[in-house]
Amino acid sequence: MPAYLPYLLCMVLLAIGIYGMVAKKNVIKIIIGLAITEYAINMFLVLLGWRGGPKPLAPILAPGQAEQQFLANAVDPLPQALVLTSIVVGLSVLALAVALAVRLYQKYGTFDITEIRKLRG
Amino acid sequence: MGVNNLLPLFVAVPLALGFVMPVLGRIKRERILDVLAILGALFLFGLTVLLFRGGDGVYWMGNWKPTLVEGKTLLGICLVSDGLTRLLLLVVNVVTFLVIIFSSGYMSRYTSRGLYYSLFFLMVAGMNGVVLTGDFFNLYVFLEIASIASYALVAFGCESEELEASFKYLVLGAIGTLLVLVGVALLYGLTGTLNMGQVAQILGNAGKMARPAYLALCLFLAGFGIKAAMVPFHAWLPDAHPSAPAPISAMLSGVLIKAIGVYALCRVVFNVFGATTPGVAQVLVAMGIISMVAGAFLMIGQWDLKRLLAYSSISHMGYVVLAVGVAAGVLARGGPSGLAALAIFGGLFHLLNHATFKSLLFLASGAIEHAIGTRDLKKMSGLSKTMPVTSGCTRVASLAIAGVPPFNGFFSKLIIVIAVVWAGHYWLAAVTVLVSFVTLVTFVKVQRCIVQGEPTGSAADAREAPASMTLPMVVLAVICVVAGVLALFFRADLFNPAEDAMIGQSSGYVSRFELPGQP
Repeated sequence: MPAYLPYLLCMVLLAIGIYGMVAKKNVIKIIIGLAITEYAINMFLVLLGWRGGPKPLAPILAPGQAEQQFLANAVDPLPQALVLTSIVVGLSVLALAVALAVRLYQKYGTFDITEIRKLRG
Repeated sequence: MGVNNLLPLFVAVPLALGFVMPVLGRIKRERILDVLAILGALFLFGLTVLLFRGGDGVYWMGNWKPTLVEGKTLLGICLVSDGLTRLLLLVVNVVTFLVIIFSSGYMSRYTSRGLYYSLFFLMVAGMNGVVLTGDFFNLYVFLEIASIASYALVAFGCESEELEASFKYLVLGAIGTLLVLVGVALLYGLTGTLNMGQVAQILGNAGKMARPAYLALCLFLAGFGIKAAMVPFHAWLPDAHPSAPAPISAMLSGVLIKAIGVYALCRVVFNVFGATTPGVAQVLVAMGIISMVAGAFLMIGQWDLKRLLAYSSISHMGYVVLAVGVAAGVLARGGPSGLAALAIFGGLFHLLNHATFKSLLFLASGAIEHAIGTRDLKKMSGLSKTMPVTSGCTRVASLAIAGVPPFNGFFSKLIIVIAVVWAGHYWLAAVTVLVSFVTLVTFVKVQRCIVQGEPTGSAADAREAPASMTLPMVVLAVICVVAGVLALFFRADLFNPAEDAMIGQSSGYVSRFELPGQP
């Protein structure tokens, strides 16, 4: 497996998500696109922390583990901390989007954005 | 340096208020909420004034200062105060204070005031955080805090148009912040650090920019371009800004697009990447000029007052970005730094002026809607008879926005045109003057509709707004009148440090962090 393959998959996922957000006409599909985009970026962040090496370790120092060996093999913990934050942020955006979708359905009786069009340019 | 230890309060106080407000909202005494909100905003305003007495400085959270360990610089999260930051903090917190006073009168027509103030202060915390932070990931988090609060505030009335506008804003805004996050991730992968000073240092030492850095820069331009509503990323603004309650429209148009859009753009382009490539300057100039022209021409045909004002915001953000782009072009060519400083001065001065007159116009539109129940320009007339204070303030703000001397809008537009001509872009200067003329024509129309004529229909029995709503409008109108002349005297205190912060580019910005040795 070439080393760039996960990154490529990640970018494909990102492209699918953005396509969903921009091109789909259904509110729920747009929200799914938003979720896919967020996951793609979270995966990209986790991949950035990968440092290769033959025996990768989780960035947790076990008791009795040799420090040098740990430093040489552990993955970068910072992107994982960032991903935790970005998941929480993404969750709140998604929750707000879903709440808006429910209210929109109550007002318009449809999820089709071509019919939700009281505002004009 | 002592004053800079107070920097975290700019984020902590509004965050704390944001969580206290919904709890207090359970008590049925809404006056308590109003008083608390006004006190909180007054505190932030006082803190900003205090900050001007201290110099530039960095606050390291938890006192994790940069230290050299085995040849690597280790550091914590920091908040940075320099001239540009202080100017933006002043704009944000002054407008916040006045808008909060206005809200205490205006929001009586909505329920759940606790939730309103909660979202409002979360938005303020996000904006102050974006302006202060010196760390890329915190920039993203604060950007999202401000954005999410503003999405919810746009939908605050829960009417069908508001929900529709809010959803549109949410989708486009989410694309913007996600692009910024990808940019941050790319920079982290390239440099191995998130501190903006360290990133700037590494990019500066590398000399020629690596390809991922270019991609990151493009992502930042697009992401912050969406937040600043630059054409072609502007589609959400004319729906979102008019749909929100009037004080929120004033906050969104007056400060939000500046703090999380234009400020972040300037900081990243000038201080992190350094305005060394002419291509970036050309992109900024192009975005600025297209926004300016498109915003102005879409504005002419509008009859909904708030929608007209929203298009005018796009046009005026174009002025600011154009001025900043011209400055970047001058710096990239190695031109005279005095010229770059003049262009930046024009841009930042226009940013400050736009914050005053645009929030004033949105507040006035709220007061008019409060009194006669419509935003349609054709249905309002002769308000100078029935609402003298509101229509007087509208008149001042319209003259200021149209660039009539001696109001503040005239001086900033004049400085921008002078800087553009001096930089040799004659046709850009001609377009700037033309757009200014279009703005003048449009606001003459607004004047005719609102102020002049005999009151008819619902305008005939309109009442003047209560004092809590007129007072902030009068204060903003006074600022519009005096700021033009005063700013020329206060340039040394208010604008020169901000110009220096941007002209210093990345090397000046890095030196502020006092990093020991090489990273």
